[in-house]
Parts: sequence; C-alpha cells; structure tokens
Amino acid sequence: MLESLLALGGLVLLRDSVEWEGRSLLKALIKKSALCGEQVHILGCEVSEEEFREGFDSNINSRLVYHDLFRDPLNWSKTGEALPGGPLEALRALCRRTDPGPVTIALDSLSWLLLHLPCTTLCQTLHTLSRQDSCHGDSSPGEQVHVLGLLHEELHGPGPLGALSSLAQTEVTLSGALGQASAHILYRRPQQRPSHQTQWFSILPDFSLELQRGPPLESQPYPDPHTPSMDPTTHLTFNLRLSKKEREAKDSLTLPFQFSSEKQQALLCPGLGQPTSHIFYEPDAYDDLDQEDPDDDLDV
Amino acid sequence: MFPELNNLLNTTPDQVEQGKLTLLCDAKTDGSFLVHHFLSFYLKANCKVCFVALIQSFSHYNIVGQKLGVSLTTARECGQLVFLEGLKSAVDVFFRPQEEPHPLQFLREANSGNLQPLYEFVQEALKPMDSGEAAWRCPVLLVDDLSVLLSLGVGAVAVLDFVHYCRATVCREWKGNVVALVHDSGDAEDEENDILLNGLGHQSHLILRAEGLATGFCKDVHGQPKGSS
Repeated sequence: MLESLLALGGLVLLRDSVEWEGRSLLKALIKKSALCGEQVHILGCEVSEEEFREGFDSNINSRLVYHDLFRDPLNWSKTGEALPGGPLEALRALCRRTDPGPVTIALDSLSWLLLHLPCTTLCQTLHTLSRQDSCHGDSSPGEQVHVLGLLHEELHGPGPLGALSSLAQTEVTLSGALGQASAHILYRRPQQRPSHQTQWFSILPDFSLELQRGPPLESQPYPDPHTPSMDPTTHLTFNLRLSKKEREAKDSLTLPFQFSSEKQQALLCPGLGQPTSHIFYEPDAYDDLDQEDPDDDLDV
Repeated sequence: MFPELNNLLNTTPDQVEQGKLTLLCDAKTDGSFLVHHFLSFYLKANCKVCFVALIQSFSHYNIVGQKLGVSLTTARECGQLVFLEGLKSAVDVFFRPQEEPHPLQFLREANSGNLQPLYEFVQEALKPMDSGEAAWRCPVLLVDDLSVLLSLGVGAVAVLDFVHYCRATVCREWKGNVVALVHDSGDAEDEENDILLNGLGHQSHLILRAEGLATGFCKDVHGQPKGSS
C-alpha cells in the first residue's frame, strides 16, 4: 500500500480526524521514503522534533531534516530561534532547496498552514513545491518530489478542502470501524479516470504497515461446555404443534365474521317454525310520520 | 478531587504523568466538576499551578476546593498557586495605562489580536525558579474555560495559537501539564467553537468528555463521562 501511495509522486493528501489520526501513516510513509534512500524534509508545526523522531531508528533519523515551526512559529519569544520569515518563508525555502536527488517533503500539518496562511497563497506554494521535477531543467526525469500533507478534515470548510484536493495526485481519507483503521485511497493518474481503493491496515510501533482483511468480527461469547443445552420447547404452557384431528377441526371452522353463502341464507330466510321478529312502535306526539321516501328526488 | 475519576484515569497525586495536554469537554451538561477535580488533584500532588479562571470568582473555586480538601487561599499565599481572576482583572484593563501589558489586553483592542500577553503571563507564572532546587513537582496550567474567549471576540485560531505556545513551553520544555475546558456546542452549529474543539482534540493526549444523559436531566445521575486518548 505504501509503494502505491508514493508511486505517483506529487502531492499525497492524508485526510484524518480526531477519531482516526493520520500522523502514524505519515510517519510510515516517511520511513518508507527514507528506506528508499530519499532525503526527507519535514516542516513540523504541530509536534516537537523529539516527539516526531520517536519510534524511528538512527538510520532513518539521519535522513530526516526537521524544520522546527513548533517551538516558536509566530516569533513570540523574540529569542531569534524562530525560523526567519515565519511559516510562509519556511515553506518557500523548501521550494528553493537545491539538494540533488529524490526528496520527500512532509508537511505536518497542512491544517496548521491553512489556518495561518491565505488559502490561495498556500495552494500556489504547494503547486510549486510538488512540480519541482519540471522546474529543475537538469534533473533526470526519474527524480520525483513527493509532498506528503497531513490535513485535519474537521477544521476546514468545503472550499479550502476542495482546493487542496484538486492539487493532490493521491488522496487518502482515514476512517475505520471496531477499532480497525481503514484508508480510502483516490488515485488521479494522468490521462486516466480517477480510481478508488479501500484498504484496512494497522501501523506497528516501528512505523511499518500491516495490511488487514477487514474489521475484526465482534467476539462471540463461547458457550460453557459444562451446561447441557436445554430444549426451550419443554415445559411450555401452550401447544406448539397440532395433531391431525386438531388441524382438521381448525380448517373446518367457520370464522364468526366471515360472510359465506350459508350465513347469507341463514340471515335471509328465517328457520322453519321460528317466529319472525316484530318491531312494535308507538309514535310520539312530536313524531312526523312522512310516508314519502326522502330519496325520491335522487336521480339514481 | 474525585477518587472515582482517579481510578478511571489510573492516576494518583503521587504518580503524576508529565508533559500532557488534557482536554476537558462538556456537552449538554456542566463539566466544571472536572476543573475542580484537576485543580485539587494537582495542588495535592504538590505541583505549581497557574489557574486562568475566567468564569467564576476566586471565592467560588475556594469554597468548592475546601470541600475537596484543598485551600486555595493557603496555596496562593505560599506561592504554589498563581490565580488569574478574570472577572475582577477584566475591569482593571480599562483603568490602567495602555502601555502596561495586561494578560487580558485583548479586551481593550478593537480587532482582537492574539493572546500573547496571556501567554507571557502564564510563562512568567510557571517558569522554573533560578535557584535550581525545585520546590514543586511540575508546572501545571489550568484554564476555565477556553470557549468564553471566543465569546469575548478572540478568534479560534488565536486561542489555538495560545494553547500551542503553552503546550510548547509548559508541556514540552518544562515537562508540565496543561488542562483546559471547552464546551461542545453540539447542534448549535458554532463554527468557531467546532474549530477550537477539533483543533484541540488533535493536539491533546487525553480527552475527557462529560455528556448529559440521552434521556434528559435526572436528579441523581446527571451525565456520563467518556475518555479517549
């Protein structure tokens, strides 16, 4: 998975959230680049250099150059330790570096830069940064610049997110389920339709990546082998099954509100020998007995 | 302090983790009990505490502190506690010359700048003593709360920068702790507060969230705590 993420070159956008953090994947990609012999420049805004280098062995650490924007990014201390020119100048300095050879630039994080710089300026600088292989006329075509940008999705609106997304050759959105992280990867290969892939993974303590097949199944409680399994249909107070005679009686039963032809006949013709029912009515003084049928004027 | 919370976090005043940013968050309930817990916890743990108290008066915190076994008055007198009483000193900003820096200087500015004066106040309060011998275990910054800064006109990015600098100095350089309370506006769609809450969520080592019960208010059980790191 790491090779495919680094294969296209250009900007690789890692979109994470508070629940599914992306710094571990960023460090795994950095380790991969360093092991391939690339020099890695890290613009560190969110964590200190010691914290970032934790977990890497000395071989990897020797290939990492950490540009510290964490300690005093806005020059509040005025001790002269801050990077001159602030975050924008630090970013532009990365564009101007003239080291030969393939290089990876990691931005930890793009969110911090986006909160402190205008979106257009940041996008233009990123564009310059990730297109450097075409800027240096004498560099061999095989030398690519990888720019890895960590972006915290929840901090930005759809406009800036969309702008950064359009600059990225590869976009990884981190999520997960049941404690297992997943990456939804969007590849934008030139002159091809974008392709998607979803990969479940976990990052080991040494920042190597282990692929997983999917989220773990919810753990089933094992049935206790000592208790015999009971038949739940014993000791019921009602019948679950019908005998043949009971089934026949049930099928031949006429339901009380079912209107069958027998019922109709029974209602229409009184039984032989049974007196017909009579209604005896004594009209009141106020009764108006009109023999006319009130429906006569209806034209039906 | 609440022993149940100590058990939940697997910590005691004798074993204090250092270099951590703890985010306290409340949604549909009052999370101030967490602030009182950590205030009494760190005072009992013999840490030097700088408390930026923007919500209540000193006497309020003192009364609650006494019920939890600490005296803020004593702690302040012996230098263990540096207390910024926001409600009182907010008025002082307007009655002193503008040249003198004040931690709540932003209240006076037309367009809210940054919280650098507040950071410098914290830095001055918690910087290690030059004598070399540490009288207190580690410095702790406690803020109650950060959401009110947004209501006072400070931008979310400025508050995040303030916490960033506190983290760099107090947590990283001086191996101390920072504890801050932020309210979760929930469905209120407060963009600035959401940026602040999520931005701090990414920076924090531990997030303690107090939520109101889904079924509503209950006399004896007010909510449920949730922790993630």
